[in-house]
Amino acid sequence: MNTQFWVVQAFNGVSYGALLFLIGSGLSLIFGVMRIVNLSHGAYFLWGGYIALSVIHFTGSWALSLPVAALAVALIGLAMERLFLRSEGLAFLRTAVIASGVGVLIGLAISAKWPALIGGGWIQFTTLTVLATIAMYFLFSRISIVPVDTDVLRQVLLTVGFAFLFQQAALDIWGGNNMDINPPPAFTQSIVVGGVYLPLYRVFMIGMAVAIGVVLWLVMEKTRMGAAVRATVDDAQMARGVGIDTNRVSMFIFALGAFLAALGGVIGGAFLGIYPGLDFEMLPLAFAVVIIGGMGSLGGAAIGALAVGLADNFGKALFPEISYFTLYAPMVLILAVKPTGLFGRE
Amino acid sequence: MVSTNVKILIVAVGLLAFAYIVPQSGSFVVLLATRAMAFAILAMSVDLLLGFTGMSSMGQAAYFGVGAYLTAVLATKFHFGMGWDFWLVVVMGILIGCALAALFGLFAIRAGGVYFLMITLALGQCVWGLAYRWNSLTGGDNGINMSGRPNFGLDLGNEVTFFYLVFAFFAVSMILLYVLVRSPFGRSLAGIRERELRMQILGYNTWLHKYIAFVIAGGFGGLAGVLWAHTNGHVSPETVVLTTSVDSLLMVVLGGAGTLVGAAIGTAIVFGLREFLSTLVPWWQYALGGVYVLTILYLPMGLMGIPSRFRQRTQSKDEGAKKLASKPS
Repeated sequence: MNTQFWVVQAFNGVSYGALLFLIGSGLSLIFGVMRIVNLSHGAYFLWGGYIALSVIHFTGSWALSLPVAALAVALIGLAMERLFLRSEGLAFLRTAVIASGVGVLIGLAISAKWPALIGGGWIQFTTLTVLATIAMYFLFSRISIVPVDTDVLRQVLLTVGFAFLFQQAALDIWGGNNMDINPPPAFTQSIVVGGVYLPLYRVFMIGMAVAIGVVLWLVMEKTRMGAAVRATVDDAQMARGVGIDTNRVSMFIFALGAFLAALGGVIGGAFLGIYPGLDFEMLPLAFAVVIIGGMGSLGGAAIGALAVGLADNFGKALFPEISYFTLYAPMVLILAVKPTGLFGRE
Repeated sequence: MVSTNVKILIVAVGLLAFAYIVPQSGSFVVLLATRAMAFAILAMSVDLLLGFTGMSSMGQAAYFGVGAYLTAVLATKFHFGMGWDFWLVVVMGILIGCALAALFGLFAIRAGGVYFLMITLALGQCVWGLAYRWNSLTGGDNGINMSGRPNFGLDLGNEVTFFYLVFAFFAVSMILLYVLVRSPFGRSLAGIRERELRMQILGYNTWLHKYIAFVIAGGFGGLAGVLWAHTNGHVSPETVVLTTSVDSLLMVVLGGAGTLVGAAIGTAIVFGLREFLSTLVPWWQYALGGVYVLTILYLPMGLMGIPSRFRQRTQSKDEGAKKLASKPS
């Protein structure tokens, strides 16, 4: 264990922290603004990676895959927030989405259980699904939903439900194999600093996270929208009282959070790989970032990401048998001493 | 309203019918029911916290996991617990669950609401991290394979015998928890759930009440873990993973939080869906995700809450009709 070991491990830790910042900062902002513990955040990460793979497959452009994947997942997040995490408005659309989901499942179930009944044809299957959807629409439009706006536990379980749906959908669309996102060859080289080889891609990751962090900071501190976001984090009711449209703020933050997580998925996919189950692997780490840094604090998320990245790397290198323990135990201690995290506000 | 005695009678008859029918329904159903009952003990312990005390723990799998790992490690490394000493392992499993909850409770109980959720998540991840990485003790990702079940005159290797044993544990746990929540202690827990501040003002030590409930729930979690290990003959980090904790929460909410029977019914439904569907179709997880989403959106009180939701509805209709009738035309 010479200096080189420490430098390399610290560098790896910082670059992993850069990735964790992308997934953690969004989670933190979503919690701060909406008080929602979003357990489908890992799924956004995974979907970002998978969509990027498809974009690369069809266009061959890695650079294009970054914005496309991130924007696509931001749209998914936006739809989820508008339709299911808020109660007012769009009741028709919500019922339609639920009814068609249940309708497709009924169609699939019937064709799996009694294949003879519908002959396995596409037309029969579609007819069956449409009929089931219409029936379900009438059923569900007669039952009112119970808003989840204030109930933390129900929000958690709802987002878990979506995480499972996303997981299965990813499995159906992209299959169960471990896939890699290959960045352009220019990034696969290493640079040598003081006799230590540093992979260029990890340098890029750090640069990317710093750039995004700076942009986010500027948006939060210098723009009107950022001020509205900060006001909502501090006291949503008061913010509404002074005329801030917190509804729009939530929408913006949820989409932004999904965008950042998906970006993390594309960037992280190059060295983590993209595979089923990655979503629930990243999720607790993202929570560790948020908890250590304090929910709703951008600077906290940066410090938390750095701390978790370093703790994870050094833990795995120095005490492999208890490496995750060395990561989560400090998190418990921080929470026990200061439940709102290091930089969170009461 | 159905009176309490009638409700108890319905549950008792239901349980006896269950114990009578299942063993005649083939080995697949017997194993499925055994697994579900072992897990239902965990779900009921979650219900004690969530439904009766108002604490939503995201780390209940930790106690389940230590119970299961204790059983597996003792059985494979020390050949302990495969005869009469099985009962000792049961006691040790309960005690280790209590002990871990007693330790974790010191950190967790202080926090309220979403912070309690977070800290129990972190505590659960601590145990998962150890199970996943501590290769020399837990076998890491591969877990521990156990060979056979205990035999002490009663051969638990027989699926039906084992089913009856787990059934007995399940029924006794349900009765004990029922007695607990109906006791004055249980009533004060419900008071804390409804309004903690008021209970504090009335002079209750709410921290201690919550702590004791947390420790008891840990003990039942440990018991469930011991039974789970013997049911599957295999213990892996999957037992302690975050989704196990979240699943147990869903089962409680699906059945109806604050009703122990609901927790058991919720467990039965989730297990039934998962195990039956996964043998039939590859997309069973859509159904599970769908159950999560639909339960949360449409059935916040769970299946046990359906009657009261109907009653509410007809009541509000009646009131609406009355209002219309009393309006001067």
